Amino acid sequence: MGRALLYLFLGLALVFFLLPVYLVILTALKEPAKITLDAVWRWPDPLYWESFRIAWEAFRPKFQNSVVLAVSATLISAFIGALNGYVLAKWPFRGANLLFALMLFGMFIPYQSILIPLFQFIKAIGLYGTLGGLVLVHVVYGIPIVTLIFRNYYSEIPDELIEAARIDGAGFFGIFRHVILPLSAPAFVVVGIWQFTQIWNEFLFAVTLTRPESQPITVALAQLAGGEAVKWNLPMAGAILAALPTLLVYIFLGRYFLRGLLAGSVKG
Amino acid sequence: MRDRILAFLVLLPSLVLVGIFVYGFIGQTLWVSLTDWGKNPAQALALRPELRFVGLENYRELFTGFVDVRFRQSVVNLVFFTLFFMAGSLGLGLLLALALDQRPKGEGFFRTVFLFPMALSFVVTGTIWRWLLQPQGGVNVLPTLVGLPPLPFPWLTTREQVLVFDWNRLPFYTALLVGLVLLLVAYGAWRGGERRRLFWSLLSGGVLLLWAFTLGSRVQLLPYPEPHGFSLALIGVILAAVWQMSGYTMALYLAGLRGIPVEVLEAARVDGAGSWQLYRYVIFPLLAPITLSAMIVLGHIALKIFDLIFAMAGLDYAPTDVPAIYMYLLAFRGNQFAKGAAIGLLLLLLVALVVVPYLASQLRKEVRR
Repeated sequence: MGRALLYLFLGLALVFFLLPVYLVILTALKEPAKITLDAVWRWPDPLYWESFRIAWEAFRPKFQNSVVLAVSATLISAFIGALNGYVLAKWPFRGANLLFALMLFGMFIPYQSILIPLFQFIKAIGLYGTLGGLVLVHVVYGIPIVTLIFRNYYSEIPDELIEAARIDGAGFFGIFRHVILPLSAPAFVVVGIWQFTQIWNEFLFAVTLTRPESQPITVALAQLAGGEAVKWNLPMAGAILAALPTLLVYIFLGRYFLRGLLAGSVKG
Repeated sequence: MRDRILAFLVLLPSLVLVGIFVYGFIGQTLWVSLTDWGKNPAQALALRPELRFVGLENYRELFTGFVDVRFRQSVVNLVFFTLFFMAGSLGLGLLLALALDQRPKGEGFFRTVFLFPMALSFVVTGTIWRWLLQPQGGVNVLPTLVGLPPLPFPWLTTREQVLVFDWNRLPFYTALLVGLVLLLVAYGAWRGGERRRLFWSLLSGGVLLLWAFTLGSRVQLLPYPEPHGFSLALIGVILAAVWQMSGYTMALYLAGLRGIPVEVLEAARVDGAGSWQLYRYVIFPLLAPITLSAMIVLGHIALKIFDLIFAMAGLDYAPTDVPAIYMYLLAFRGNQFAKGAAIGLLLLLLVALVVVPYLASQLRKEVRR
């Protein structure tokens, strides 16, 4: 009896979570003329793959922007995070904790409170409307979270290891290079996944700081779906394209995805 | 010694960048919010705009000015959105976690499905749900699949409001609410035997309530009544947001449930606790800290919500407006930078109220450890 109720509840939950996916796929595979409101749930017959081709052509430049943006900003911020975390975990100085707390606050601020000066600043240094400007912004506002994750990870590495390396004559960078870095792979994976997902999915900075030629895919999708004239097969195919990279990351690296999620909220 | 200096130098660029991009920019936003930048359209986009200091004028206008009625509705929307979104995500997340904690068959599959929306962007979620919530399609025609009549609800386009109140009563309600919360704190302090806390919370709560029922109920923010309420067009947005985030609370709660030592549960059972008592007196109290962290995270996501509403309803649709949207509209479409900055700072204030005590307590805990 209890067991049956349990499965009933899980089944209903499954429907709630998967119904939107079903509708998206089905709409993307439908001929535009057949997308009428009263027949939304009917499975397309025949399957119409053309929408994906059209959406891919329309979205390819934006998709490429997103790839360049997310990959480069992720790599840079992982590197910065590793160094910062190393310093805070293994070379703390007086007041380091306070500075770290002040840094962490930057993770929580609503970006509306810095958006206007940021916009002015990016314009003033000539990076408005460029991918470079967006990379800079994501790297800077990513500093708190990447530092947090690496710091928590490195504080688990025993200090004796560092001491031993120091007695052997290794310096600050030597220890980082030969002791810390070889142990860092899991932290890099967590930070990489976290940053890639965040940056790929980000919207506010992207819509404020780009021009059409430098738009990432989220902005293009929001604008396409917001237009009234468009048939729904294109936004749906576009949504699938925009979701695919982060979904693949989630499916294949789910364990690390979850770890980053928990690290980013509760702190480790 | 050389290494210590090196370490500091490595951290320095990040400190400087965060210093400028977070604290410097917040300072600049504060300054802009105290000027008239954008009042005069000719000056708004000037290369070197002439800014006049106007004090708190922008803030006053937002709360009591004639033109900013939309801002006030956006604040009301934000409050309701935050409440229902948090309640929905926490409730559904807890239920899902409790169900999965029974170790059903295919547990890993269920977990993967419930969590996948987290990997999507709010823009994708918004685009999908916008389509699901079309008035004559999507969710509304689902009942016809089993032979029932379609739902008539215009999800995102309704202008209907419930729980309507007069904006002029805002000071009264705010004081009432804060006063009651303080009395609750006082009650907790009384039970915990903390005399000082009891005294101060009782005193401040009492004063607030006294003010609410005497002067506070007579404060007039506007010369006319202005009704605001829970805009029903938000229900669809809340639904989409819960869809996206309840997997996250599920993950948190599940980790918490799995972290409860078996000995604790067995001890309670030996003491004769039934399964309901086990939840009520052992498991739920142990999950309370998780609920608190989840509330902080969800709360600050809710306060910042922008992309989901942008994608679902667009910028120009007042019934689903929130301050983040209105800020963008004012500053980057209307070039009213001063007022936009004021909204940005109000949002910061709200988030800080939630996050700073949390960060402080976390750090104190860490120092103690």
